[in-house]
Amino acid sequence: MSQLLLDVKNLTMRFGGLVAVNGVSLEVKDKEIVSVIGPNGAGKTTVFNCLSGFYIPTEGSVMLRGEQIAGLKDYQISRKGLVRTFQHVRLFAKMTVIENMLVAQHRHLNTGLLSGLLKTPDYKRKESEAMDRAAYWLKEVGLLEFANREAGNLSYGQQRRLEIARCMVTQPELLMLDEPAAGLNPNETKELDELIIKLRDEHEISILLIEHDMGLVMGISDRIYVIAQGTPLANGLPEEVKNHPDVIKAYLGEE
Amino acid sequence: MSEFSLYLLQQLINGLTIGSTYALIAIGYTMVYGIIGMINFAHGEIYMIGSYVTFIVIAGLLGMGMVSLPIILIIALVVAIFIASTYGWTVERVAYRPLRGSNRLIPLISAIGMSIFLQNFVVLAQGSRDVALPPQITGGWSFGDPSNFEVSVSYMQMMIFAATFVTMTVLTLFISRSRMGRACRACSEDLGMTNLLGIDTNKIIALTFIIGAALAAVAGLLLGLYYGVVNPFIGFIAGLKAFTAAVLGGIGSIPGAVLGGLLLGVTEAMTAAFFPAEYKDVVAFSLLVLILLVRPSGLLGKPEVEKV
Repeated sequence: MSQLLLDVKNLTMRFGGLVAVNGVSLEVKDKEIVSVIGPNGAGKTTVFNCLSGFYIPTEGSVMLRGEQIAGLKDYQISRKGLVRTFQHVRLFAKMTVIENMLVAQHRHLNTGLLSGLLKTPDYKRKESEAMDRAAYWLKEVGLLEFANREAGNLSYGQQRRLEIARCMVTQPELLMLDEPAAGLNPNETKELDELIIKLRDEHEISILLIEHDMGLVMGISDRIYVIAQGTPLANGLPEEVKNHPDVIKAYLGEE
Repeated sequence: MSEFSLYLLQQLINGLTIGSTYALIAIGYTMVYGIIGMINFAHGEIYMIGSYVTFIVIAGLLGMGMVSLPIILIIALVVAIFIASTYGWTVERVAYRPLRGSNRLIPLISAIGMSIFLQNFVVLAQGSRDVALPPQITGGWSFGDPSNFEVSVSYMQMMIFAATFVTMTVLTLFISRSRMGRACRACSEDLGMTNLLGIDTNKIIALTFIIGAALAAVAGLLLGLYYGVVNPFIGFIAGLKAFTAAVLGGIGSIPGAVLGGLLLGVTEAMTAAFFPAEYKDVVAFSLLVLILLVRPSGLLGKPEVEKV
């Protein structure tokens, strides 16, 4: 079966008289890496904000596994399995790496205050499961040895990977990454590439990317959507998009 | 030891006693500020209510013929914590939560209103005159030369030290070890992100108000017994002092609140040792201005990074 994981139709976002996003439609299937690209100010992040519940879209529908999610609160959407990162790192910088991973699982450790105080067997079991999951994902992103470091002391690339691990520990179906390669060196970008492909192939989740780095996007995406000035420009396989005349025009300007 | 140094030691002990209760109240300010960035000006009134409840419970139990002081104090403490926490929670629910997300100034005005409301509520319910309670914990321990100068530490002061120490330890363990404490720290770093991770941040904010109120109730019991007098207006000045302590130490930082409280208490006592006692507030607040001129973020506070 290839049911649509995410089905966005005619998404429009207006701020007063400004149309930031105008009739964008996109689809994400299971186990797929989809990218949204476009010049600066094209409205890519606005699309993300609409999908993740930061904005309520003016028009259009956002279906996650056939369920309407447009208009839900951000935390409700993240509970449904759609989680995101931001353009800038938003870790809890003063907490340790492992604590960052545990906070993300707070809601799964659904125990009362009393059982926490009394350290009941049920509480201990859930804590140790959370710890195992945290350790597993830290290992997957290669940060296990830094578990007790303060998150703010990690290198930028490590912080990026910790953010992805923190998302993954909540067991999402769709991971949305907002410019994950921004500010990374070529080496770190390559590691990120491999991590994203591993998430799709081994952990069978889908990834929706916003990215400026054309190399990264072309190399790993299954499909690409291009938007410019809030309006859909083209979409298709990486090669198709790369050679699309409108895309070349939007990126390089008129001849 | 010379007479002079014994005298200083005595003032240091007195200062630390008052300072540790300032610290207890200051934690309530600093925790709330750390998470939602507002100054809860009604916090001093919660302390005052804690003090009143202590007096009522102790007087009631004594009237009922109970004699065991430790049991009376424990009951008074539990009741005071419970009632003050209920007030703390209610104030947040009624006066602050509906205003969340609005301009920073609006909850501040609401807090001042809440403070006036609670003060007058207690005036109406209990009268505006001083209510006194005979000293419950008497005696003490002293050393030095009786003919010259004797340093005395009353049992009441020792109890204040011990109770403050235990309370701070429990709080520190809660914040650093427990799951809820972890969530509190996450909220204070990035409330929006914590919310996005699916944590019910309203619940954590309510919990912060409850913890702050419980600590204020402990301070209310201790200071109430220490001074032996309460009136509906003690919350204002105590709140101001504790707020000063929180700012002095760096608002948002719990160790800062403790340091600020102790520093303020000692400064006041030392001033009273050399100048007429009326000058102690002058010196204490001059110290605040001075420290803020040199270090605007307070002693242990992190400089606030301008968000772009």
